[in-house]
Amino acid sequence: MNKLKKKISEAKRKWEKIEDNKEPIIYVGAASCGRAAGALELITETDRFIQENNVSARLIQVGCIGPCYLEPLVDIKMPGQPRISYSNVNIGLLSKILKSHLIEGTPFSKAAIGNFSNDTFMDIPPFFELPMLKPQMRIVLRNCGLIDPEDIDHYLAKDGYQGLMNALQTSPEDVIGVVRQSGIRGRGGAGFPTFKKWTVCRNTPGEQKYLICNADEGDPGAFMNRSLIESDAHAVLEGMMIAGYAIGASKGIIYIRAEYPLAIERLKKAINQMKEYGLLGKNILGSRFSFDVSIKEGAGAFVCGEETALIASIEGKRGAPRSRPPFPAISGLFGCPTIINNVETLGTLPNILRNGADWYNRIGKEGNRGTKTFSLVGKIRRTGLIEVQLGTTLREIIFDIGGGVQKPFKAIQTGGPSGGCLSEEFLDLAVDYESLASAGSIMGSGGLIIMDEDTCVVDVAKYFLDFTQKESCGKCIPCRVGTRHMVEILDRITHGEGVPEDLLTLRTLGDTIKKGALCGLGQTAPNPVLTTLRYFRNEYLEHIRDGRCRAVVCKDLIEYRVIKEKCTGCQSCVRVCPTGAISGPRSEPHNLDVTKCIKCRSCYEICRFEAIAGDAIVIRTAEKRS
Amino acid sequence: MPVAIEGIFEKYQRRPDQLIPILQDVQKEFGYIAPESVRHISRYLRISENQIFGVSSFYAQFRFTTPGRHSIKVCLGTACHVRGGATLLEMLERELGIRCGETTPDKRFDLERVACLGCCALSPVVQIDADIYSRMTVNKLSELLKQYE
Repeated sequence: MNKLKKKISEAKRKWEKIEDNKEPIIYVGAASCGRAAGALELITETDRFIQENNVSARLIQVGCIGPCYLEPLVDIKMPGQPRISYSNVNIGLLSKILKSHLIEGTPFSKAAIGNFSNDTFMDIPPFFELPMLKPQMRIVLRNCGLIDPEDIDHYLAKDGYQGLMNALQTSPEDVIGVVRQSGIRGRGGAGFPTFKKWTVCRNTPGEQKYLICNADEGDPGAFMNRSLIESDAHAVLEGMMIAGYAIGASKGIIYIRAEYPLAIERLKKAINQMKEYGLLGKNILGSRFSFDVSIKEGAGAFVCGEETALIASIEGKRGAPRSRPPFPAISGLFGCPTIINNVETLGTLPNILRNGADWYNRIGKEGNRGTKTFSLVGKIRRTGLIEVQLGTTLREIIFDIGGGVQKPFKAIQTGGPSGGCLSEEFLDLAVDYESLASAGSIMGSGGLIIMDEDTCVVDVAKYFLDFTQKESCGKCIPCRVGTRHMVEILDRITHGEGVPEDLLTLRTLGDTIKKGALCGLGQTAPNPVLTTLRYFRNEYLEHIRDGRCRAVVCKDLIEYRVIKEKCTGCQSCVRVCPTGAISGPRSEPHNLDVTKCIKCRSCYEICRFEAIAGDAIVIRTAEKRS
Repeated sequence: MPVAIEGIFEKYQRRPDQLIPILQDVQKEFGYIAPESVRHISRYLRISENQIFGVSSFYAQFRFTTPGRHSIKVCLGTACHVRGGATLLEMLERELGIRCGETTPDKRFDLERVACLGCCALSPVVQIDADIYSRMTVNKLSELLKQYE
């Protein structure tokens, strides 16, 4: 313990040097999303700039701070000044920023969006007072984007591993007691009280117990866990150790998607650092607790997010779930008592153990304590990773944090493919486990997808069901056959070949699958269809009765047209059309042969792109076919 | 037995639960899971070839045909779907003349779909080899392909 305390005071001194820097520091947000937006090129360019101009400055790669729509983000902290954040930086802008801020010493205010102090600095507002960040409460994400995730000292300086030290000074039963009192529920989706699972596992006798961190984030449209691991891997690892201590496990396994190479790399580095600091291995910090962590890469199967399927996968088998009981807490991996906790649950634990159960129990609302992270994506102005108190309304999330939608709002999908599609009337619904369930949706892992009037709900329902259907493991019949039939019916409807009876069949099938499927994947798979049937029945009817898709999405129900009055005959569309459907001489309005058109969108895109032509090509819903 | 495979086996114990990590390493080494590799794994782990095919075909990561010189992955996650990912996939299938999961006869490209690359805020995205291209359109993608030989 003393050895670690020494390391902590060293780490704090190291951090103070960053806070009170003598030479400029440049921060680049280089998590996966930042990299996709071009962060790595910015790093190379910054290095080049520093060398070329002979400036002494330090570059730190940080994780994701949340507002993805502002990526890539570059921050500069000059000595004696607060850290200033620049958004949507590209190579051209970067050299202007570096020249102005680094060499001339004046912030390039045109591109600056916030500073990291509590006050306005040179007309630049505080970063955490920005509309997207102000309503948030950052507990799990508290270090994300602020520290270097590959440096354990940064985490230590931010009171890292304090929660573990507190835990080790009490008994495992007391740790479970604290977690019980805090009121935290599993953040993987189902919301089962964490302490209950733990108590069962603790009380089950067994030589060997396992603690598994479920980082198999398979929901399309969700990236909270990836961002957390990439930005603050130690928080998750500390959580694993606390959980391991509480349940009496000596082995921890992180089951993570192979599609997240950067997260895996950062975990590996973090584990090595922990070993170096004596935080893994035998008799950790002089206690009787011994713990080791290994990483298992998932091989791409959505169903492996389900506990028993995940266990089968680690055992080297097909990832098919089995019926419960026995629950994994009694008989799990290799028949040993096993606890599987979600990344976010584990990432929250250090905060609870550090600040106490009472502190956590004051956040959120009765029965739904704490915060939840969400990935806010789709047709919304401000996309990104957010964290709010449970009980916040959807309206606050969409309009205050997300900045609303550009076109009229249509629906919000919570809980990914297992959740439901909620209409406008639910905007004042509080985001908690029970409220969402009462509306026919679920909390799920935390993907929030916003849809506007350009999104066809029938198409979206088909998309989700098609996804779960493809990911169905095929073990139980309701899921394997039932979802298949539902997809086929939806497919007919989107092709304009539906019949009115289809709606009743869909409902009956959906209800049956929910009741009869073996695991969570099947039991929740019909949710997107059932909720859209309930809240957007008219759109289904329009597809069936009128052969009309009001969002102009369903290909068989739409057609492309040239507006003769607007067409300047610039030939751009003629050049990109792959089937020769558009023809006409230069400077004369073009013709579009609908029988040849494959609706590939090329002409539509190029027409909007070429300013001269304007929007001469439109997509509209077709007339009902006889 | 190829040296590369022996090298992989040395890292893993002879236990059935090591099957998936071994398959992952084999794919990393050879680009796909060849029938011969399965035979070697079967002898090493003492489990049947059928069982190995059963497990490997269950997971989306494993492929059984040779990959192309460049791998294209179209993201069809929710955000990408809402913003037109499927249209990009259709365009690629048409332009390359192959279906999803196949390789072009000249081995230039192979084409796959992925459920989510986790760059939802930058949708729709397409990954070619290790590079992720954000906010793609049919026309931009068509130009992009020309850069790969």
